Amino acid sequence: MTLANDILLEMQRRMLRIRYFDERASKMVKRGEIPGTVHTSIGQEAQVVGACMALSEIDYMTGNHRSHGHPIGKGAQLGPLMAELVGKATGVCGGKGGSMHLADFKVGSLGESGIVGSSIPIATGAALSSKILGTGRVSLAFFGDGAANQGCLYEAMNLASVWELPIVFLCENNHYALSTPAHTVTAGVIAERAAGFNMPGVRVEDGQSVLTVYDAVRAAVDRARANKGPSLVEVMTYRFNEHSEGLRLATDYRNAAEKESWLKRDPVKMFRSYLLDNGIADASILDQLEAEVLAEVEDAVQFAEDSPYPEPSVAFKDIYTESFGGTQ
Amino acid sequence: MTVTSYLGAIGAAQREAMEADERVIIIGEDVEANVYGTMGGGKSRADKGDFLQMFGSNRIRNTPISEEIMVGAAAGAAMTGLRPIVDLSYSTFLYMAMDQFINQVAKSRYMFGGQASLPVVFRSAMFYGLSTAAHHSDRPYPMFMNVPGLKIMVPASPTDAKGLLRTAIDMDDPVLSFEACLLWGMKEDIEDGEFRIPFGVARTVRQGTDVTIVAISSAVPQAVLAAQILETEGISAEIIDPRTLVPLDSLAILNSVARTGRLVIADPANRTCGAAAEISAIVSELAFDCLRAPIIRVTTPDTHIPFSPAIEKQLYPDSIKIAEAVRKVTSARIGAGAPARRN
Ligand SMILES: Cc1ncc(C[n+]2csc(CCOP(=O)(O)OP(=O)(O)O)c2C)c(N)n1
Ligand SMILES: [Mg+2]
Repeated sequence: MTLANDILLEMQRRMLRIRYFDERASKMVKRGEIPGTVHTSIGQEAQVVGACMALSEIDYMTGNHRSHGHPIGKGAQLGPLMAELVGKATGVCGGKGGSMHLADFKVGSLGESGIVGSSIPIATGAALSSKILGTGRVSLAFFGDGAANQGCLYEAMNLASVWELPIVFLCENNHYALSTPAHTVTAGVIAERAAGFNMPGVRVEDGQSVLTVYDAVRAAVDRARANKGPSLVEVMTYRFNEHSEGLRLATDYRNAAEKESWLKRDPVKMFRSYLLDNGIADASILDQLEAEVLAEVEDAVQFAEDSPYPEPSVAFKDIYTESFGGTQ
Repeated sequence: MTVTSYLGAIGAAQREAMEADERVIIIGEDVEANVYGTMGGGKSRADKGDFLQMFGSNRIRNTPISEEIMVGAAAGAAMTGLRPIVDLSYSTFLYMAMDQFINQVAKSRYMFGGQASLPVVFRSAMFYGLSTAAHHSDRPYPMFMNVPGLKIMVPASPTDAKGLLRTAIDMDDPVLSFEACLLWGMKEDIEDGEFRIPFGVARTVRQGTDVTIVAISSAVPQAVLAAQILETEGISAEIIDPRTLVPLDSLAILNSVARTGRLVIADPANRTCGAAAEISAIVSELAFDCLRAPIIRVTTPDTHIPFSPAIEKQLYPDSIKIAEAVRKVTSARIGAGAPARRN
């Protein structure tokens, strides 16, 4: 698919946002400025942004613990995301979600999930709403290769198929679930499982190319929007950082040669070259873009720092839509 | 007023809610054929499939036997504009979807800082007392009382079944409705047309002065029988049905205990950490001074439900056990030998 130049530049902008945001978050974890840990999408930006850009603004999306890239890719503002990571009142969830449970309903982000696989049914339900209410919205569920072995995925795929729901099941196959190599716990090819549910399943071998991912996901999104039902897209990619920031395991489960070969396929650098080589933007424009995004991330950090912590009473808010004493 | 059964009342509430609001849908196993008799919306169990004809296959949907996706998809649908009713048939099937209930349904609004609301009702039937054995006989509402974010209704009459269910469907929070099969055939005159009964407001089933019996679900009619027996013995029992366990009308219970000074709680759930345990704790904490005798819980013991009727029936709170507990608390002597029974 040929895309307008401004869309291509927007892709690069969103990939840069994820890269710089996550690099900054990683530093903040190490300095103790973010409580707990974070899971970065560094190395997986093309897979995230290619999928998100194939959706429209009104479309729905759910994700997982590797969580920042999804709302950023869907167009969320960085300030409230960063404020959430540090637990501030101005956070996108008011400080009650944190890194693993980001959600920004304004951009169709219905929630990341700390429970592996658990958000897939939510995306399926959003697709059911769209179908029954006739809103034309498509749903997309991000999940990892590890989550691909959760039963709820197959309950969801079956239901989506028999009800012809407008949903894309997007498997981010970064080859590992924490320390476990996917091939040691996963029978066959994940994308091929789609056949059992009578839906298209494609594997995107080059998940480091944002345009390749975009094309595959766009086809699935178009199909869903045309009321032709769900699809499964498996994107092959790699995370450059450890499973979570600060995690140090006794054994290195990923060998150096493998890591090095993937590092050569840095999606952000690759797309910068693409934009240059195809005359879409010159170096000065791309340098400026990078500077802008860096500044945007710094502004987000500043916003988070300047924001107050939530009041203690917030811990008891939003349990229900109305307040009552519970059983106290 | 029309004589209506418990089951018919559930159907009527669902029908009226579906007529009033296009966003209300029903999903579940075998709902199209109205297998459990709550999809007819009449006075009693309808022939078959009335709702499918009335509302069409877009809004009445048979699901695969996949409880996890049923519950999770209903949550996602509720977050995005629908108001689903999920018919889970047997209450023990809820366990298949525990992750979705607890990690998604109950927590999404909270974790996302109030961005989500989940107007969704999960109906299920507790088949205890009917020789369905351990896999089909649980009364699992207490485990869900332990999960903030869920509301819980346990109607014990046709009127309450209809009025509470309608409130639940109209409400923006997730509600679990536990319906007792032993009550399915119970009939009474109920108000015609739409009505709603608020959550968190207990019903005083019977007024009395000597003892408060808090009874839950199918224990309510058993408590009424017990009270009738006790009356002939000169003991006046007040019966309170909380109707919803979350929110719980603690105030109604405390006020009653303040008047009677004695409390028996009849709860068909298992004993440990049951609804009765919670109510007992609340009263001990907040109304200890009013108590003239120890609180007694009449519950199902901590066992699984056996198949044989010869050994199942003995397990649940019945009128005999409730009456016995009342005799105990009313004859208990506190302090310097003054009989505690009369004030
Ligand atoms: C139900 C559940 N089991 C285990 C975990 C612990 N855990 C968190 S992330 C993770 C690995 C997930 O791998 P994958 O789905 O491939 O996602 P990735 O981290 O590779 O992006 C594990 C085991 C969890 N959060 N939830
Ligand atoms: Mg993985």
